[in-house]
Amino acid sequence: MRKRGRLTALACVLAAIGSAGFAAEPSPAPDPERGKAVFAACKGCHQVGADARNGIGPHLDGLFGRKAGSLDGFAYSSAMRRHGTDGLKWDRKSLDTYLSDPQVMIPGTRMSFRGMEDAGARADLIAYLEKITVSTPASDPAPVEEHRAEIGSAAMGIAGDPAYGEYLASECLTCHQQSGRTDGIPSIVGWPREAFIRVIFEYKTNVRRHQVMQLMTANLGNEEIAALAAYFGGLDPQ
Amino acid sequence: MAGHSTNGLSRRQFGFLAGAAAVAGAGSLATPSIVRAANAPRVVIVGGGPGGATAARYIAKDAGEALDVTLIEANPRYTTCFFSNLYLGGLRSFDSITHGYDALEANYGISFVNARASAVERDAQQVVLADGSRVAYDRLIIAPGVDVIHESVPGYSKEAEEIMPHAWKAGPQTKLLKERFDALENGQQIIIVAPPNPYRCPPGPYERASMFAHVLKARGHTASRIIILDYKPKFSKQALFAEGWEEFYPGMIEWYGPDVHGGIQGVDPETGTVETDFDTFTGALVNVIPAQKAGMIARDAGLADDTGYCPIDGASMRSAFDDNIFILGDASIAGAMPKSAFAANSQAKVAAMNVRGDLVGSKVFPARYTNTCWSLIETDNAVKVGGQYAPGAEGIASTSTFISQIHEPADLRKANTEEAAGWYQGITADIFGA
Repeated sequence: MRKRGRLTALACVLAAIGSAGFAAEPSPAPDPERGKAVFAACKGCHQVGADARNGIGPHLDGLFGRKAGSLDGFAYSSAMRRHGTDGLKWDRKSLDTYLSDPQVMIPGTRMSFRGMEDAGARADLIAYLEKITVSTPASDPAPVEEHRAEIGSAAMGIAGDPAYGEYLASECLTCHQQSGRTDGIPSIVGWPREAFIRVIFEYKTNVRRHQVMQLMTANLGNEEIAALAAYFGGLDPQ
Repeated sequence: MAGHSTNGLSRRQFGFLAGAAAVAGAGSLATPSIVRAANAPRVVIVGGGPGGATAARYIAKDAGEALDVTLIEANPRYTTCFFSNLYLGGLRSFDSITHGYDALEANYGISFVNARASAVERDAQQVVLADGSRVAYDRLIIAPGVDVIHESVPGYSKEAEEIMPHAWKAGPQTKLLKERFDALENGQQIIIVAPPNPYRCPPGPYERASMFAHVLKARGHTASRIIILDYKPKFSKQALFAEGWEEFYPGMIEWYGPDVHGGIQGVDPETGTVETDFDTFTGALVNVIPAQKAGMIARDAGLADDTGYCPIDGASMRSAFDDNIFILGDASIAGAMPKSAFAANSQAKVAAMNVRGDLVGSKVFPARYTNTCWSLIETDNAVKVGGQYAPGAEGIASTSTFISQIHEPADLRKANTEEAAGWYQGITADIFGA
């Protein structure tokens, strides 16, 4: 491992020198267009653009320069809020570190993302975010919501019995921690109702594929799904 | 232990004081809860594993001071059988699979009694502790796990455990097996005697073989062999293990069912041999996993049938023989559900809801049960099997199931290992409240 670490360090040095013409393959400049494609993986939780709202994750409008964990109306983990209080602001450098392995930089964050090893992809993504959230916040109509159609709309119309939800939720809490911690299994506390219901239906309809989640959701009817959404939506992450 | 002896008053007084401390400063609001606590019905749970501790936590969490919850467990700290194979494989420390009861006491007001429960007096509705003191109950939950049946393997015995560890109840046996395993030299043979159904953790013996092979391979002990002599003609996730062994440990693991070995005649701890109809196998390390039955306290209380396990009502986990008693986990006859920590944890939630329904009249929803078992084959390769279950006419039946497929991509198998680690964090938080 140690040897590989040195090689990586050497590679970084070579990459840095690359711009001066020493390396065979100079690393390309960050490209927001490529970054937009990378962002496709983030869209399920994060909205950008003029109408961006908080969803499963906080919206990213005005991200650069924003204090970590500081948006009103979003239930951050205490770990994220603490980092913000301690002075963490989002910029190219801090985003790059965070996106490479969120749990290493902010242990206890409830962002269920394993991290992105590819530094080039991170740079592209950050370039896209910088463009979309600062330079042209209103240029993208953010059709994220539209093409998601009305999947789960019947369940969304049901209020959901939180007591029933609490019992049903006990099935989920064997893996998904009530505290909102994510240790290899995503956090599902504090999600907006619609997002929660949509995700469940995406498992039920094979849009999302995961053996355990498809099993777990197969026998859930609209009442059950609405009850679960009500229960988990009402939990605060620790 | 005097504080937990014959009269329940001392425990209730403790609850009274703890309750008072918790609400100190809340003014007159404190009074009603103290009155309720003093008269609260008593729930006693015997066994602090995945079934018992989960039940204690859910009852205490949801009923608050309306119920007086006491958890009786012989060990001060609990080492999980699940993931103990990863300890054997050098992927986990012993500490990381060992958990205390502090959070259950501090955060949920559960009275933790660190003592061995020796008997249940069903008519008097009390549990007898090893020191002779008694703990009265209105509802009792028994989750004692399994006892190994030494005599099911001729030549095996309680004493022979020290030479041929079973390590099927996590703790000193697990450490002993690891010590013995770590002392092996290249070329020395390991034998695993795998038990007949039904037993705790159906894929466990084969995950253990995988973890042994993982270590042998890393040590360069390529001349060593692991031989599994099985009482069963087939086993859980067999195709997946066979595929994984071929891929990662070619030639290192040999599995023989009864149609090959013809029957296991017995073991000899003196010579390290296992006698079968086909041949005599010799191992520098012999891991004998015998047949199993419900923990003694459940059998002695007359709660087991002639299978050695305890029949229950699948709608509630209530004993078929006593309306005031619920049986959870490995000790129960839970129909299609395997004997696993996940299953016990799931059953505990159904029982907890029914206990609260009995004693405080809270709403009881239809029982739902779940299980998923992950098994590690290699560091970055795990497979899984799972099911959902519901009470049926013939006991608990499966309503849907899945299993990993052969030829799955490596990244899916790697994701399974991360998911398994996440599950461990999740379920232990759900069980022990920390």
